[in-house]
Amino acid sequence: MLKTVEQHFRELTPAVDFCSLRLVSRQDEVIEVRQDILQPVDTEDDVGAMITVVDGGGLGYAATSDLSAAGLRQALERATHWAQETASAAIVDHGKVQRPPLVGEYACAIARPWAATPLGERIDLARQECARLKTDDRIVDWSASLWWIAEEQLYLTSDGGRTQQRFEYLIPGLSVTANEGSETVSRRFGGFDLGRQGGLEILDDVHFFDQAPVISDEVLQLLVAPNCPTGVMDLLLDPDQMYLQIHESIGHPLELDRILGDERNYAGTSFVSLDMFGSYRYGSDLLNITFDPTIAGEFATYRWDDDGVAADRQYIIRQGILERALGGSTSQMRAAQPGVANSRACSWNRPPIDRMANLNLEPGTSSLEELIGAVEHGIHMKRNLSWSIDDSRNKFQFGCEHGQMIRNGKLAEVVKKPNYNGISATFWRSLKGVGNAALSEVLGTPFCGKGEPNQVIRVGHASPPALFADVDVFGGE
Amino acid sequence: MDMKTDFFRLAEELLDLVQGDEVLLLNFAGESTDFVRFNQSRVRQPGHVHQRYLSIELIDGQRHAGARITLGGGHHCVNGKDESVDRPHAAGVVGQLRSRLADLPEDPHLLYNDQPHSTDQEGENHLPDVEEVVDQVLSAGADRDLVGLHAQGGIYRGFANSLGQRNWSATHSFNLDWSFYHRADKAVKCGYAGVNWRAAEFGARVDTAVAQLALLGTQAKTIAAGRYRVYLAPVALADFVGLLNWGGVGLKAQRTRQSSLLRMMTDGVRLHDSVTLMDNTRAGVAPNFQVEGFLKPDHVTLIDAGAHADSLVSPRSAREYGVPTNGAGAGEGAESLDLAAGELPAEEVLQRLGTGVWINNLHYLNYSDRPACRITGMTRFACFWVEAGQIVAPINVMRFDESLFRALGDNLLGLTREREMILDSGSYGGRDTSSAHFPGALVEDFNFNL
Repeated sequence: MLKTVEQHFRELTPAVDFCSLRLVSRQDEVIEVRQDILQPVDTEDDVGAMITVVDGGGLGYAATSDLSAAGLRQALERATHWAQETASAAIVDHGKVQRPPLVGEYACAIARPWAATPLGERIDLARQECARLKTDDRIVDWSASLWWIAEEQLYLTSDGGRTQQRFEYLIPGLSVTANEGSETVSRRFGGFDLGRQGGLEILDDVHFFDQAPVISDEVLQLLVAPNCPTGVMDLLLDPDQMYLQIHESIGHPLELDRILGDERNYAGTSFVSLDMFGSYRYGSDLLNITFDPTIAGEFATYRWDDDGVAADRQYIIRQGILERALGGSTSQMRAAQPGVANSRACSWNRPPIDRMANLNLEPGTSSLEELIGAVEHGIHMKRNLSWSIDDSRNKFQFGCEHGQMIRNGKLAEVVKKPNYNGISATFWRSLKGVGNAALSEVLGTPFCGKGEPNQVIRVGHASPPALFADVDVFGGE
Repeated sequence: MDMKTDFFRLAEELLDLVQGDEVLLLNFAGESTDFVRFNQSRVRQPGHVHQRYLSIELIDGQRHAGARITLGGGHHCVNGKDESVDRPHAAGVVGQLRSRLADLPEDPHLLYNDQPHSTDQEGENHLPDVEEVVDQVLSAGADRDLVGLHAQGGIYRGFANSLGQRNWSATHSFNLDWSFYHRADKAVKCGYAGVNWRAAEFGARVDTAVAQLALLGTQAKTIAAGRYRVYLAPVALADFVGLLNWGGVGLKAQRTRQSSLLRMMTDGVRLHDSVTLMDNTRAGVAPNFQVEGFLKPDHVTLIDAGAHADSLVSPRSAREYGVPTNGAGAGEGAESLDLAAGELPAEEVLQRLGTGVWINNLHYLNYSDRPACRITGMTRFACFWVEAGQIVAPINVMRFDESLFRALGDNLLGLTREREMILDSGSYGGRDTSSAHFPGALVEDFNFNL
């Protein structure tokens, strides 16, 4: 199919300044066993192409699931129409955006391919873990899931560019819910924060088979635990909350399209302005953030972004100072700022926009014992449960599934419904401890929503645990 | 490109492949949409999306397997016979599903409609030329800072099964969702959606927004954390109550004790007598059939005069818990959420608010304590500080953290007599057909915490 589409594109390319075709072919399979019953095994085979035309300074796109010569011709005509129709009103002269015609192929490493394991065995993997979750009558719901995605992308340009990339992803998940009276609590492992590239070897890498007894035990502890107390205290966050903290209060505010105003009607703007890059103190000296699409196995690793630009590692924040924005080639030209190769689309039917891809907190030097030992009065929270932040990505409030008080450098009682809030512009300056490389975990979510029309995309975040001073903490009712 | 003809032709071809006691369910979802994105009253990204998806579910006894594929559409001549272009691919998928059934166990919760009931809702296409709309939007944005998205085109849904049921729904609609920005994060949020674009109606909405925009020129007020009397305009109230669609109103969430309304069932918690909430399919714009072939009732009452009433029940939940389905989707959320009007005249809201906060829009809501139905989120766009019944100043954004049980319970002072029909502008995967029909609400002691 790829060859046929490529041939059609080469034959049909119109006489315009620039034209590209981005084909995405994606297969999904979701296996979920809930309460020991296999849920419908959903599969998907989604393939289509987006044509982008630049002409006279205007840009237009047209996406279609009709990959016949006639379908692609219609898409080319529609994209050309939009480029020419809106050229005089375009927000930027798209003809001036650099689009180097790169050539190459990339495939992520896979040790144990999903498809090489029979369906029955894939189901058994989830079934066995599900069966280990129900350990008490108070557990009222439980499930285990495996979500597999295989994606192939072909990017062709009218000036000879041709890049081809193949990825496979796995998102494992466990969930357990306990109830007594009108009180209900849940514990989860993965599901929406543990996406990685690769095959079934990921299950061993993330210790999937060790988790069922852990979360089943913890959910019962939570059910009888007191509510998290209210107060200002030190806050130690595990990686499965840090990924969200990085995502919402560093990643999104640094996306150039937000700073340039594109998202103001939907996802929002940013408290960061262009003049802050190079000098703004975003966090303490311990804060080192990198954009790194080169890490094997991380969820949003790639060789080229969806505008065909080569991707590489860049420091975004170094020793607390804001250095670089998260913006692709079009945004970089509009803002006259350096950026990164992060122009990405969720699929063939949505145009690329600025996305954070892999955004990681670089490890520090502390062991977990040292982080806990540094706290006189505080709380250790793990696994995100609730998330909300303002449209400038400043005032946030996050909740976690599990809390444990820390007193005089030692872990104390478990508390339920731990929440905290703060302001991005100052929160990271209270960072006073970062775990070492051995504590860093590679996580990622498939559910980052943004854009008009709306897009939900994969992003990766690696982080060790991190310790913050004097945070407003509170619980439930 | 006639999606209806293409779908039903392909459906007949695939239904011919059914063997023995097999049952085949086919669901079609298509759209042909122009999307034009604006920023700073210029065009940011204009484009078109043409997509067709077919979901195929093959059932044999209690075993079943499903797949969703993309379609190209169209037909051609094969051996002198007219045939869908997509037939070879789709037929191949049916064969793969048949092979797959051997690896799958019986599903005790499988339920599909075996009482065929065919329907046909074919909306007329009165859409204007999209280029003409773009010109009007750019004109409205002249000398202003306009940002947003215009979407227009056809949305198509189809169902066919081997039991003889056929359903079709087609709408041709537009949804212009935009903001006028004053500066920084101060803006007026606007919307114009429907099936007949009227320049005069659009102009009137622009004028209303521009009048509000003028109010944003006043020095913004930062209010301290604390409890305030607030007015939640219909869009804001729909967002607040709409969070119940996330594990609040479905039977599965209730039976697994995860529903945010659980205390209404276990602890006798009631809302204010004036609160009646329903999924009002008849008054909405979503199709009245769902993927297993069940038709939805005209409405399902979820909260009746402050008391918990019915739940949304998907076919799987119906089988699992032994109750009838009411045609809900797998997520058991309302697609046409409808809150009954109250008795408070809209023109009296400012006076009744007295001193407090007028909230036009909310942002990024989530549960902060699900069993307590406590919801956190932000104010957004044009929200105002009001004193003695007069708008004094826009407010800087504030975080709220408040239980719906309180806000729509003892603290509810009144719902407005007038309601607003809100057509969802969402487009994840495809254009949304959800809607909400809501009044505004005057609420006492609404908690702002940051």
